[in-house]
Amino acid sequence: MSVLVYTESENGKFKKTALEVASYAKAVATQLGTTVTAVTVNAADTSELANYGVDKILNVTNSALEKFSAKSYAAVIKQAAEKEGAKVVVVSQSADSKYLAPLLAVGLDAGYASNVMEAPSSTSPFTVKRTAFTNKAFNITTINTDVKVVGLSNNSFGLVESSASATSEDFAPTLPEAGVTVQSVDKATDTVTIADAEIVVSAGRGLKGPENWGMIEELAGVLGAATACSKPVSDLGWRPHSEHVGQTGKPVAANLYIAIGISGAIQHLAGINASKVKVVINTDPEAPFFKAADYGVVGDAFEVVPALIEKLKAFKAANA
Amino acid sequence: MKILVCISHVPDTTSKINFTDGDSKFDTNGVQYVINPNDEFGLTRAMWFKEKQGASVDVVNVGGAETEPTLRKALAIGADSAIRVNTEAKDGFQVAKELAKVVKDGGYDLVIAGRESIDYNGGMVPGMLAELTGANFVTNCINLEVEGTNATATREIDGGKETVATSLPLVIGGQKGLVEESDLRIPNMRGIMMARKKPLNVVDAANAEPETASIKFEKPAPKGAVTLVDAGNLDELVNLLHNEAKVI
Ligand SMILES: Cc1cc2nc3c(=O)[nH]c(=O)nc-3n(C[C@H](O)[C@H](O)[C@H](O)COP(=O)(O)OP(=O)(O)OC[C@H]3O[C@@H](n4cnc5c(N)ncnc54)[C@H](O)[C@@H]3O)c2cc1C
Repeated sequence: MSVLVYTESENGKFKKTALEVASYAKAVATQLGTTVTAVTVNAADTSELANYGVDKILNVTNSALEKFSAKSYAAVIKQAAEKEGAKVVVVSQSADSKYLAPLLAVGLDAGYASNVMEAPSSTSPFTVKRTAFTNKAFNITTINTDVKVVGLSNNSFGLVESSASATSEDFAPTLPEAGVTVQSVDKATDTVTIADAEIVVSAGRGLKGPENWGMIEELAGVLGAATACSKPVSDLGWRPHSEHVGQTGKPVAANLYIAIGISGAIQHLAGINASKVKVVINTDPEAPFFKAADYGVVGDAFEVVPALIEKLKAFKAANA
Repeated sequence: MKILVCISHVPDTTSKINFTDGDSKFDTNGVQYVINPNDEFGLTRAMWFKEKQGASVDVVNVGGAETEPTLRKALAIGADSAIRVNTEAKDGFQVAKELAKVVKDGGYDLVIAGRESIDYNGGMVPGMLAELTGANFVTNCINLEVEGTNATATREIDGGKETVATSLPLVIGGQKGLVEESDLRIPNMRGIMMARKKPLNVVDAANAEPETASIKFEKPAPKGAVTLVDAGNLDELVNLLHNEAKVI
């Protein structure tokens, strides 16, 4: 019966979210008294998965799957679920997994709950907590179908190590006609993406111009963080749209969100509410963001950020 | 080209989120409803196709009579006719199944939906609809061109964007970027007058069953006050982030 988890990799290496969904699948499997099977696509070394509770690995290696295709990947996961008789299928909420999950749910005739935050509070009925109203509330949802698809919010469950010894086998599913062909990809490969990041450093119009982003990138570099921005900043073309967070931009569910020169308008907060710890640096003590923040510094970003970079460098050096 | 734009009727962004009936229902008291922002970008792109390439544009909503003002607004913006599938929207799967019937009955070439609605943020209706109708599907769409039956779309991916080639019939999950925000249309008086005469057809639901059920809502625990750190004492901030928040 087993719980099936789709463990995403990039250039052969597992994403952190892959280990997180594996951890989650293990928790669900324990509740159901069953095992975890992971399906991987073109992953180079799968040994790491055993450390997160995976009992069995289905390896799919196929050059036709080199570029992501929602339809093909959904077909792979569906066939793996059928082979394993999986009742619960867990995916992350990366852009790709969010793309394939609805197709998978139709394929399996399964109810799908997205943006799930926690392990099920009950497995019969299968009850999960998910975010709603752009993170302003939670919705307790039951999935009432025989097979269930769960989309786990990134950074919500965390990594839980549990040693197991996983068996591994090759799996060769039949691929459908993809219907959608990737022509070109435009992606920065050397930076952390907002979706994967544990720390996000974000800046707004308070920075006054794109030429001032050097210190933001440096701060992100010191913290191993992704960079982000508010909507007006991407509208003005200071930063790429892919960095725009908020209701009409990307959601951020980081452990630490540092907002610099961002007012904290409701549409911006909607996108970052799921982040755990929020730090605000702003000249205006009345900026609404201070109400949403855990820690705040009232001060000029042009003085505070360079000083903070130095302090963090010293901290890293002392704790290395 | 026959275009269908799916319109979700959602609380305005600034709405206070409250619940009633033992936290089992969303409290609509004092809430202003709008066209879902992601759908608004899609509707404007549909208008572009209509004006530049020639297309008919219908809008559809699965919901009760209370959603009609939102559909009228879409008509005032320029859609040709509206369809309301008369049933309460209970989950994404049910909505997708109801929409699939409308798509099949209407023989649409292109369906434009929003990547997600801002109430339940499910992000499932467009993909499910595509799969149920056998159409191609592109989500997080920030550009769309159609020539004959071929389409080129750009979509956001984590850390960048990619351009894909596909063909009609096609369903997209659209978002900001599909058109410039400054090009979004606000209904003018003439549009509002014309919208009154445009057809808004109420059709019976296929009675599709939801596959999930909302049991209740919870609000996040109230947040404590912010801890302010003096700009001259950033060691304290580093210390708090390390020892108290444990995030660095
Ligand atoms: C339907 C809708 C959807 C929207 N969606 C989004 C969304 O998804 N994401 C989003 O971000 N916004 C969104 N917005 C816009 C949102 O309402 C705000 O306009 C936006 O978040 C403000 O961005 P900002 O704080 O960078 O700019 P500003 O409002 O200009 O604020 C700049 C801040 O920087 C501070 N500041 C100035 N100089 C300094 C300095 N030297 N050092 C430190 N601080 C300084 C100021 O005090 C101010 O608080 C949306 C709006 C609508 C109507």
